[in-house]
Amino acid sequence: MLVLPLLVVVLFSFGERGAAGGYVPAFTLDNYANLAARWTAFQNTILLAPLGTVLCLLIAYPLAYYLAIKADPRWRTILLILVIVPFWTSILIRSYAWIQILGGNGLPRLIAEFGFGRPRLINTPFAVMVGIVYGYLPLMVFPIYVALEKIDRRLLEASADLGSPPWRTFVQITLPLSLAGVATGSMLVFILLMGEFLIPQILGGGKVFFVGNALVDLFLQSRNWPFGAAVAATLVMVMLVIVTLYLRAMKRLSGGRDDVAMM
Amino acid sequence: MEARPIAELRAVTKRYGVVTAARGLNLSIRPGEFLSFLGPSGCGKTTALRMLAGFEQATEGEVLIDGRVVNGVPPYLRPVNMVFQQYALFPHMNVAQNVGYGLNQRRPRPSRAEVAAEVERALQMVRLAGFSDRRVWEMSGGQQQRVALARAIVNRPKILLLDEPMAALDKKLRHEMQIELKSLQRELGITFVLVTHDQEEALSMSDRVCIMDHGQIAQIGTPEDLYDRPQSRYVADFVGRSNFIPAWVMGMVGDHIRAEGPEGLSFTARTGAPLTIGTEILLSLRPEDIQLALAGAPDGHPMRITHRIFLGEHTEYHLSSSAIDHLVTVVPRGADAVLRNLTVGTEVAVCWREGAPLALTRD
Repeated sequence: MLVLPLLVVVLFSFGERGAAGGYVPAFTLDNYANLAARWTAFQNTILLAPLGTVLCLLIAYPLAYYLAIKADPRWRTILLILVIVPFWTSILIRSYAWIQILGGNGLPRLIAEFGFGRPRLINTPFAVMVGIVYGYLPLMVFPIYVALEKIDRRLLEASADLGSPPWRTFVQITLPLSLAGVATGSMLVFILLMGEFLIPQILGGGKVFFVGNALVDLFLQSRNWPFGAAVAATLVMVMLVIVTLYLRAMKRLSGGRDDVAMM
Repeated sequence: MEARPIAELRAVTKRYGVVTAARGLNLSIRPGEFLSFLGPSGCGKTTALRMLAGFEQATEGEVLIDGRVVNGVPPYLRPVNMVFQQYALFPHMNVAQNVGYGLNQRRPRPSRAEVAAEVERALQMVRLAGFSDRRVWEMSGGQQQRVALARAIVNRPKILLLDEPMAALDKKLRHEMQIELKSLQRELGITFVLVTHDQEEALSMSDRVCIMDHGQIAQIGTPEDLYDRPQSRYVADFVGRSNFIPAWVMGMVGDHIRAEGPEGLSFTARTGAPLTIGTEILLSLRPEDIQLALAGAPDGHPMRITHRIFLGEHTEYHLSSSAIDHLVTVVPRGADAVLRNLTVGTEVAVCWREGAPLALTRD
C-alpha cells in the first residue's frame, strides 16, 4: 500500500505523453534525458531545502532549550501552545499574511522611513526562506524540546560537580544527549521541504522555483505525466541519498561520542 | 587541640520562598571524619549537603570549605565531589569516560595517559578493574554505584558528599557496600559526608552522626553517644527504639535522679543535666534494658503480654499494665526457652537495672 503509488510513478516515468496529455505505456529514457530542462528547480531545492533546515535548527534549538530548561515550568505549557498556534490556520493564509508584511507597503516601507532605502523583499529567495522558517519551525522545536526535556537534571549537576562550567556542560552533556531530537527534527523538516511548493509559489512569486512547483506544473498544467513522474522519481532518489548520508553522519557522531568528553 | 575543620556551617539558614528548609545550622566537619546527616525526609539533611556541594546557596550564614567562605561559589569551583542518589552517570559515555570526566575538566588539562592511569587506579579501588569499556547502562545497580564512587574519588576531593547512595540497592548489597565504603574512606583518608534516612547505615559507618529535625540539628555525636545519651525524645526515638514513661523528679541520688512514674512506680534514672525536684520528665527505656521474668518475681512490675513477635535473633514482646500502657521488650535467642515462648495474655514481671532509664526533659 505504501510502495504502490511509488511503483506507479516509476512505471510512468518510462512512458510517453499522450496527445492530450496523460500517460501512454512505452519504455523510453527520454524523460530522464530531459531532466536538465528542470535543472533550476532541482538546484533551488537542493540548495534551499538544506539551508532552510539549518536555519530552522539554528532558531529552534535555542527556543527549545529555553522552553525545556530555562522557562518557568508554570509557563511552559502556555509557551508550547504559542509555538503551535500558527498551525491552527492554513499555511496558505499565513503565507498571504507574509505577502503583506514583506510586500511593498510592509517592511520595505518601514525600512524606507528610517532612511535605509527601499529593499525589495517579496518574490526573493529571502522571502521564501522567511516563509519556510516560519512554517516549519514548530516541526523542529518539538522533537528537540522532547529530547532536552528528557535529560535528567542531575546529569547537569553531576557535570558541574565534577568541575565543568555551564557552557562546557552544554557541549559535553546537553548537546550530545539531545542529538536524537536534532536528527528527528531535521529529518522531518528536510523531507517536507524537499516537496514544498506552496511557499515558493506565494512568497517567491514564481521566481524561486522548487521541484515541487515543477511537479505541480507538469502534472496539472501541461499534463506531461511521464516527465513529471521522472522528475518525481529523481527527487525521491536524491532525497534517499541525502537522508542516508545524513543518518550515517549522525550515527558516526553519536558513535564517536567517545570524543565528546575530550572537548 | 583540634585540627582546623575541613568544612563549617555558621548559622546557616536556607529558605525557599516561605518554606525554611534549614534553620540556623552550626556545624564543624573534622578532616578525615565520616559524618552522616540522619533524619526523615524533609528534615533538611539533603539541603545541608547541597549547600556544601554548591547546588544551593545559603540564604543566611556562612558556608566554609577548607577555611574559605564559599557562599556564591558555583559547584564547579568547589573542591568537593558528590555521589548522587540515582548515580547520575552520563549515559552517552562508557565507564572510563564517566570516571575520567572530572580529570578532563581540569585546566591545564592532564594528558590522556595520566587520565587513563588515574581512572584505572580509581576503578581498581572500587573493584571494577577491567570494566573501562563497558556501557554504564549495561551494568547492575551495584556496579553503577561503584562507577559513581570512582568518578568522585578519582578527583581526590577535599570532601566526598554522598546523597543516599545506597537507597536503590537491596538490603544485602547495601550491607556489603557499607563495609566497603567505610574501608575505602579509611584507605583514602578523605572526609566523607553522607546523607541518609537509614539509622542503621548512619550508625554503622559514621564517626559522628548529625541528627536533623525540621531543618534544625537535633543532636550531633558519636553513634554510641546518640544511642546511650540522647538529649531529646526525638533522638531517642530515631536512633534505635525506646519506651517512654512520663514521670516526676523526686530527688537526686549521686549523679542519678529518683523519679516517680504513674501509680507510684519508682525509677532510678540517668540524666544529662541536673534537674530540679518536681520537674516533669520522660523516662526513656531501651527494650534491651528491660528484663522479663515469670510472674511473681521479686521487685518486678507485673504486666501482661499483648503481642509476641518472633524476629529470628530475638523475640519481641509488647506488654501492658494499668500503670504503663505500652512497653516493648526483647528476649535474645540465647535466653531461657520458657521466656522465649510466652503466649499472649501471660502475666509476667518486668524489671530494669538501676540507672538504665534516661531522664529527658519534656518538649
